[in-house]
Amino acid sequence: MANRKKREKLTRNLNPETGESRMPLPGLPIPESTAILLRELVSHLRENRTQLREEWVRRTTEAQLLTAMTKEEIFKEATAVYDNYVAVLETGSVEALEAYARDLSERIIPRGVETREVVGIVLLLRDVLARSLFKKYQTDLSLLNRVLDAYEPAANRIANTVAVGFVQERERIIRQQQEAIRELSTPVLQVRERLLILPIIGVIDPQRARQLTEQLLRGIRANRAKVVVIDITGVPAVDATVANHLVQTVDASRLMGATVIVTGLSSEIAQTLVTIGVDLTKMKTIGDLQGGIEEAERLLGYKVSMVMQPTDQLSAK
Amino acid sequence: MRVPILKQGSYLIASIQSALSDYELLQLRDDLAAQVGRFRSRGVIVDVTVLDVMDSFAVRTLRAIAQIAHMRGAETVIVGIQPEVAFAMVQLGLALGDVETALDLEEGLALLELRTKQGGSHDGQS
Amino acid sequence: MTAKAEIRIPIHTDSDIVTARQQGRALAQETGFNGSDLTVISTAISEVARNIVEHATSGEIILRAVNETPRPGLVVVARDNGPGIPDLSLAMQDGYSTGKGLGLGLPGSRRLMDEFEIVSEVGSGTTVTMKKWSR
Repeated sequence: MANRKKREKLTRNLNPETGESRMPLPGLPIPESTAILLRELVSHLRENRTQLREEWVRRTTEAQLLTAMTKEEIFKEATAVYDNYVAVLETGSVEALEAYARDLSERIIPRGVETREVVGIVLLLRDVLARSLFKKYQTDLSLLNRVLDAYEPAANRIANTVAVGFVQERERIIRQQQEAIRELSTPVLQVRERLLILPIIGVIDPQRARQLTEQLLRGIRANRAKVVVIDITGVPAVDATVANHLVQTVDASRLMGATVIVTGLSSEIAQTLVTIGVDLTKMKTIGDLQGGIEEAERLLGYKVSMVMQPTDQLSAK
Repeated sequence: MRVPILKQGSYLIASIQSALSDYELLQLRDDLAAQVGRFRSRGVIVDVTVLDVMDSFAVRTLRAIAQIAHMRGAETVIVGIQPEVAFAMVQLGLALGDVETALDLEEGLALLELRTKQGGSHDGQS
Repeated sequence: MTAKAEIRIPIHTDSDIVTARQQGRALAQETGFNGSDLTVISTAISEVARNIVEHATSGEIILRAVNETPRPGLVVVARDNGPGIPDLSLAMQDGYSTGKGLGLGLPGSRRLMDEFEIVSEVGSGTTVTMKKWSR
């Protein structure tokens, strides 16, 4: 009689349609029976920590996971993961685990550890612990069922937390690297004192446009530029978004006290801009880059003149 | 925190030291208005290097400062707008209109020299 | 360590505007936004906070970091019990090129942020919800 009552209480944790166990949501109270089982689970895992951890490390090495790390490192991380794992089962909160997962990911990603390895070791740990539970409760199948019902949702959540944490960290790093590459590939050139040139080549997406503008503005400050030449000869097409970015870049540069000359504006693009509604009188435009640089130099007060015939110079010692 | 205003010859230099509340911005406007009149200054520089945000109120007030100064015979140059601030301003759609800007104090003073030699008239930013 | 707490800043006077944007900048920085975005977010907060001061007697700004999605983000809610905005479409009109517009800074804030939602009822007040995602 008492057994049936316990079982009914537990089945409320199961999805009534599929019969699968639901993951316990944070903040929802766990039925008393599950809580008791989890407590037993936790003490079992703590008691057998050394042995289970060793088995896990052994299987990790067998599966050729974490090959980028030394034995000592694996042992150290294994200990931390194990303890965090048990802590989640005990407290029901994944916050500490999340923080650890992020921290771990930050450390191992540069070492070349891949997602499948991280997912692999967490699933291995899950398996090692599950098997040890099988072993302990194999004489009482209904108790074993209840223990697994209590263990499974938490174990799922843990695997999920670690995997997701790792993947998010990887994505963050990849984005950072992409950003760095973009920066390298769009140089702001200082050709003379107080004069910057920004040659834009290729298709500009909003992200790149934003980055170009930021780089240019920082360049104006760093080089104390008074004149900026933005060359768009290499830009195949200019739509409303790009035109908008261009206008914003010009306006922002002027706020920093720089004069902007836009060069490489073909008549087609000029037409497009006018149609879009861009006020071309707000910016100086010159046909080609050379002309733009000359105009810039004129504005800055430079005068370029030939001192000697080139051949004389070249043959002079 | 009242913004300190230095007198340098016939110019006034207001150096903002920290983030200003609306009230403090208006105070600056009034202080400058008074001092331009008192000293018959020919130029005003407002240094916003330290400001990490320039919102619509700040821009409105700076434009008001320039207007009042102009009415009293002085040209105004705003200096030190930072890259991120300039970028945010154009995205927000804030324009300083006719008010001149320069990279920093040095450039601002050079610009004032140029403008006041031209007799105080200007046709927007070059 | 993620601080999932909400930051609530009461907005009554103009100095609260500065507080709101400084806290916004700090939280955005913790969340992982870069330099340019920090300024953009602070500016947007300044604008909506100013709206509260100018058009309602009081309100609050609520800041919340969002860490569950692939890219972290920031949510800014500006809520007031002011008179409400009778004509939202007019208020959201882009006055950039003309320099006109009701001076509410709303269309501008919308340009600055990635997501923007405004609910206003005459007599009850206005709630603006804005979000920005880091890159």
